[in-house]
Amino acid sequence: MRVWLPATLLASLLLVLSAGMPVLEPLFNWVQPGKQQVIYERESFLFLLQNHLMLVVVSAAVGTFVAVAGGIFVTRPFGRDFLPLVGQVASIGQTFPPVAVLALAVPVLGFGEAPILLALVLYGLLPILRNTLAGLEGINPAVREAALGMGMSPVQVLVRVELPLAGRVILAGIRTSVTINIATAAIGSTIGARTLGDPVIAGLVNGNTAYVLQGAILIGLLALTTDSLFEALERSWDRRLQSVGV
Amino acid sequence: MIELKNVSRRFGDTVAVDGVNLTIETGEVCVLVGSSGCGKSTTLRMINRLLPHSAGEILVDGEDITTMNPEQLRLNMGYVIQGTGLFPHWTVARNIAMVPRLLNWPRERIDARVDELMTLLDLDPSAHANKYPQQLSGGQAQRVGVARALAADPNILLMDEPFGALDAITRENLQLEMLRIQKQVRKTTVFVTHDIDEALKLATRIAVMDQGRIIQHDTPENILRHPASDFVENLIGKQDRGLKLMSLRPVRDLMANHTEPRQSEPGEHVLREEDSIRLALSVMLWQDLRQVAVFNAQGQETGVITRERIIQEGV
Repeated sequence: MRVWLPATLLASLLLVLSAGMPVLEPLFNWVQPGKQQVIYERESFLFLLQNHLMLVVVSAAVGTFVAVAGGIFVTRPFGRDFLPLVGQVASIGQTFPPVAVLALAVPVLGFGEAPILLALVLYGLLPILRNTLAGLEGINPAVREAALGMGMSPVQVLVRVELPLAGRVILAGIRTSVTINIATAAIGSTIGARTLGDPVIAGLVNGNTAYVLQGAILIGLLALTTDSLFEALERSWDRRLQSVGV
Repeated sequence: MIELKNVSRRFGDTVAVDGVNLTIETGEVCVLVGSSGCGKSTTLRMINRLLPHSAGEILVDGEDITTMNPEQLRLNMGYVIQGTGLFPHWTVARNIAMVPRLLNWPRERIDARVDELMTLLDLDPSAHANKYPQQLSGGQAQRVGVARALAADPNILLMDEPFGALDAITRENLQLEMLRIQKQVRKTTVFVTHDIDEALKLATRIAVMDQGRIIQHDTPENILRHPASDFVENLIGKQDRGLKLMSLRPVRDLMANHTEPRQSEPGEHVLREEDSIRLALSVMLWQDLRQVAVFNAQGQETGVITRERIIQEGV
């Protein structure tokens, strides 16, 4: 159970801070003197946190599904022709800044949650796709050959052999993707999505460092919580294999 | 019985297997031997349809394999490959249980079978059943590979250079193991190797392949005595034939039997009836003896073999 402790602690801290930010008013008064209001109150932090999380979870779910499905497709005999293309897109795509996706998506999708969701899905997809390919391609070909040769159907080979063997690497890809997207989602505030980026943008516009700090602290904590959650997941994955004696 | 009738396989413009005709009788060990790229692995992989054949017909027990469901076909063919191909995320026991699980055997039957096979292959179940493949030595891993192939008691065993990556001593042990197991289970076996000595040791019949064609298909003895071409002659080693022939014959063939077995002290390195004449000669040369006593499996002295007789009739 100890592997889950850091994640639990960080999550509690995040919740307590989101709910009880006004308690820290004296501190922010000291950071940002001469402002009447130092605690961001246009929207509750809990609501922003919830919305922010929703954006990340939805985009991660869609991204994971598409990327894993795509990764599986191009490593099957009938999809192999697309493997070089998809592999390159996965690598090059990540050099494309998410802000650019937003700039291109707004004219088409308008303001609000839709364009940032699109950007998050597209951007989050790439690390997962890359890792899915690495995981599946990294399997010893003799293992696949033996599985097929001994009478497993292609679906059985995928479900019983390939995915369990590639799972650890795919999970690492999801971790990278989600952690990046927690930071990226904040940019959504510039185009009208409600996220923890709101106080940061408001603070920048009004010259109120306290607002900026409050948003930044919560975003940072959220990223840390999620990352340690994945850390714990990966550890328990390894342990499940090790418990029987690897 | 496996029959290949005029079977060819092309990869693009290159012909990997060219009009091969081969009949493998039930219970025999057919070894395909040849240098790399001669089409022997391709031939093997066409039998379980991992590769489709471009032309010709392959029949298993009289039935054309293209009319069969490939999974069903393969479930009845044990398959052992060079890199073992063991599943790294499964324990040894689970690896061996793979095909029985695919066939939905009841749990107790699978457990009993795994135990039986591990014992057959000289792997202690209590010590190894719960290990993972990466914790095994190369020889142990390949034993597990063979056990996995035998698990559901298939009629046919396909082996693609199974011992190629092992060191000489381990390979020799596994070859002896193979001979012992084959005596017990009598599987129709197709065995691919590039090692002619391995072929001579294991085969009931050898098919020598070169450039996608079968050059000669015959018993080890006939291959040695009457090689069909220069290629076969070079493969078996022109000058070395005498000793190779001797290694095919057991001491039993040339020994003078005692009227009844005698009890005597066998000592440490004794000659047994099933050892090869080559070994008997080697022992005599090394220890400078005119004759050696021969023992049976129970450790009784059953006869003697003389140097003279070996020189006269050994080949």
